[in-house]
Amino acid sequence: MGRTKNQPTGGQAPVVQRIRLRYTKRGPMRFTSHRDFARAVERAIHRAGIPIAFSQGFTPHPKISFASAAPTGVASEAEYLEIGLRERVDPADLCKALDAALSPGLDVIEAVEANTPGSLADRITASSWRIELPGVSDEQLAAAVAAFVAQSEVLVERMTKQGRRTFDTRDAVASIAAVSSQTSPPGVVGAVPCAILDLVVRQVTPSVRPDDVLSGLRVVADLEPSAPHSLKSARATRLAQGTLTPQGEIVDPLDVDRDPVAIGER
Amino acid sequence: MRGESVFPQLEQLLPLISKPIQYIGGELGSVVKPWESATVRWVLSYPDAYEVGLPNQGVQILYEVLNERDDVLAERTYAVWPDLEQLMRERGVPQFTVDSHRAVGDFDLFGLSFSTELGYTNMLTELSLAQIPLLAADRDESHPIVVAGGHAAFNPEPIADFVDAAVLGDGEEAVLEITDIVAAWKREGSPGGRDEILLRLAKTESVYVPRFYDVDYLPDGRIQRVVPNRAGVPFRVHKRTTMDLDAWPYPKKPLVPLAETVHERFAVEIFRGCTRGCRFCQAGMITRPVRERSITTVAQMVHDGLEFSGFTEVGLLSLSSADHSEIGDICSGLADQYEGTNVSLSLPSTRVDAFNIDLAQELARNGRRTGLTFAPEGGSERIRKVINKMVSEEDLIRTVTTAYSNGWRQVKLYFMCGLPTETDEDVLQIARLAHNVIKSGRQATGSKDIRCTVSIGGFVPKPHTPFQWAPMERPEVIDARLKALKNEINSDRSLGRAIGFRYHDGEPSLIEGLLARGDRRVGAVIRKVWEDGGRFDGWSEHFSYRRWVDAAEAVLPGFGVDLDWFTTREREQSEVLPWDHLDSGLDKDWLWQDWQDALTEYEQDDCRWTPCFDCGVCPSMDTSIQIGPTGQKLLPITPVNTGLRVPAEA
Repeated sequence: MGRTKNQPTGGQAPVVQRIRLRYTKRGPMRFTSHRDFARAVERAIHRAGIPIAFSQGFTPHPKISFASAAPTGVASEAEYLEIGLRERVDPADLCKALDAALSPGLDVIEAVEANTPGSLADRITASSWRIELPGVSDEQLAAAVAAFVAQSEVLVERMTKQGRRTFDTRDAVASIAAVSSQTSPPGVVGAVPCAILDLVVRQVTPSVRPDDVLSGLRVVADLEPSAPHSLKSARATRLAQGTLTPQGEIVDPLDVDRDPVAIGER
Repeated sequence: MRGESVFPQLEQLLPLISKPIQYIGGELGSVVKPWESATVRWVLSYPDAYEVGLPNQGVQILYEVLNERDDVLAERTYAVWPDLEQLMRERGVPQFTVDSHRAVGDFDLFGLSFSTELGYTNMLTELSLAQIPLLAADRDESHPIVVAGGHAAFNPEPIADFVDAAVLGDGEEAVLEITDIVAAWKREGSPGGRDEILLRLAKTESVYVPRFYDVDYLPDGRIQRVVPNRAGVPFRVHKRTTMDLDAWPYPKKPLVPLAETVHERFAVEIFRGCTRGCRFCQAGMITRPVRERSITTVAQMVHDGLEFSGFTEVGLLSLSSADHSEIGDICSGLADQYEGTNVSLSLPSTRVDAFNIDLAQELARNGRRTGLTFAPEGGSERIRKVINKMVSEEDLIRTVTTAYSNGWRQVKLYFMCGLPTETDEDVLQIARLAHNVIKSGRQATGSKDIRCTVSIGGFVPKPHTPFQWAPMERPEVIDARLKALKNEINSDRSLGRAIGFRYHDGEPSLIEGLLARGDRRVGAVIRKVWEDGGRFDGWSEHFSYRRWVDAAEAVLPGFGVDLDWFTTREREQSEVLPWDHLDSGLDKDWLWQDWQDALTEYEQDDCRWTPCFDCGVCPSMDTSIQIGPTGQKLLPITPVNTGLRVPAEA
């Protein structure tokens, strides 16, 4: 039978070590989509000589899993992934090797061995974001934030894979604040005001993204940057993601693996 | 300031458009050099979308060859999609390179590689966004020298008004020579301006500068003659041939994009040229003679390229890969080296014989089986004689049956429609062939779980081929034949269900035909189409046949010719063809004889295995075919996964 001939000849080596990594999407690399990054990291793993394990089956896939990825166009200082290895390596060496194999801006900043069960995704309940809004003044933003906070529900619309959906953005926002002002970065012709928004948003379904919160600010306060800027040209950066404590802090999901004892004391 | 980055302006547009990743550069293998470090600065373009342009081998090779020189800087630019084009025009952002986001207009030379004529309108978009005058005659010393290359450059007449120069043939050595000439001229203080540098290039006899040639026409619209209008300019311009491929093992550092592209693999060219003599195949004609890369160089390139790039797929490319004199050893040697790894090897297979299956079996040893494609090209024995594709129906059935018996459940069969002398019956024969393939396959495997896909391309007669004189068929005739073929395939429901059918309409082919065999008068059509919004003509969702026909009707009657005159008209032996002054090495009398042989269904052998048939290339270019065997074997070592590659501390 042709069918039996189509089966792979050898089994794949088992996973002997799991490594969890934190990486960034900085500068122009924020335009990398999750698909793009997934492909790039797979190639970088091969280039770096990392003994990645593969799944069984006719088309073996490398053992890589990602925790909630930032949307395309949003920068991040705190993205996470986990890989399974067929040989043990020193996590610090792996961190350096993988970082060197990725384009600058896609920087691997930490690697720890997974010592604990469960998935990274289970430890991520919220993200903190910083959003630069060129063409928006501090006063404008402060007024919009005040209006947003005063509401118990702020409905916005967005196209999703399931079609146009309406959902609440207010409830997912754990904290929102307009912070200090600055002028736009050098290189842009004519300095324009640039307000800054700090946000902590809970992981909910459907997910509430930074641009949804901006849509919410437009809904409650007609927030609109001066031309040629638009809310679409706002620059968002994820500063951290992890477990949201009752005190409103975000615990790095690698903490548990880095120091299993410390977590018990929390 | 020249060479300054426009990224701050561009960055504001990126959140507003689709797939911004394609405009940010930062690919592995890309090179960024300080502007002031170089004497000569090239910008290279494959004028299509990034996802198509980035994998182009030609551009990647020249990019690397140029950047290896300290005094040279080369960057890349691709066609931007209409959403970004509109924003760039609104905000005054110029055409930029993806490497350093420098304005294309700042460079010394702007090289465009055309593997298809349908990229011409995109060239005009790039020129216009770069703020370079569309007409070469309107440019001055501040503008880059616009150079066309690639297979379409073997007849650059339709774009003669827009380019300053064209180079025929292999580019590796040609770009370096042009660079040296430009460097010397710049060091001398650019004497004589644009005219002088173009004259110096023309005098090499391998750079075609259209402005130095006058075209005279006969009252009936045909060309009377093409003659130089300047002293020192050659009557004919010759193609370039890189003879020792082992001395040019590029790409060494393939570009690895972040964005998804059409080919996600590392490609190694195992030989150039082809002597099979398929009469429709321009690539096979203009890249002669055959020059093989040795088995050891091929293996070294595969090793280095995979290690550098992290790709897990390798394609062993050429016009007919199974014809390499040591292909058996290459395949088994590489299969040994990569057995047990997750690297997949493929040989784009076009030769219809059982040997090809053996090779594919070797390459599939580590469990990664790639698709099999066979190209009989013509449905009937008769039409295959016309096009000189020497495959019998028996060969085809036997080969495909062997593939099914060896575990392939799906094969792809490639044909053409609109071939010279083609009748409805020739095309309907494709259905019979496909039915027989499925019947024999079911018999051989005892299984109904086998399929084939019949894929039909439109024939376009190309310059420097025996079919350069041939009339094209009208699109409505092509479309009727394809419809009849589809019905014929499905006339047997059981067999029809196992056969996939893919085809292209006849209309784009007719326009490709206009551009392929056009002369300088066609330039005005291209310009009109572009002005009317023509972009990305190689994409069916952007191509508008109506726009081309309207432009042709508006422009060509002023010259006393029309669209039919360029496409469906048969040429006579005595006619001066627009590309006769461009020398591909092929003897025009031999091409004519081969055209006559086609009409009498007389086949021509392959000079790789049989004596020279005097196509003219070797003597006129002072070259000869270069084939093995070298007798070398690959060592059975596993060259990958040698441990973590941790960079040394800075």
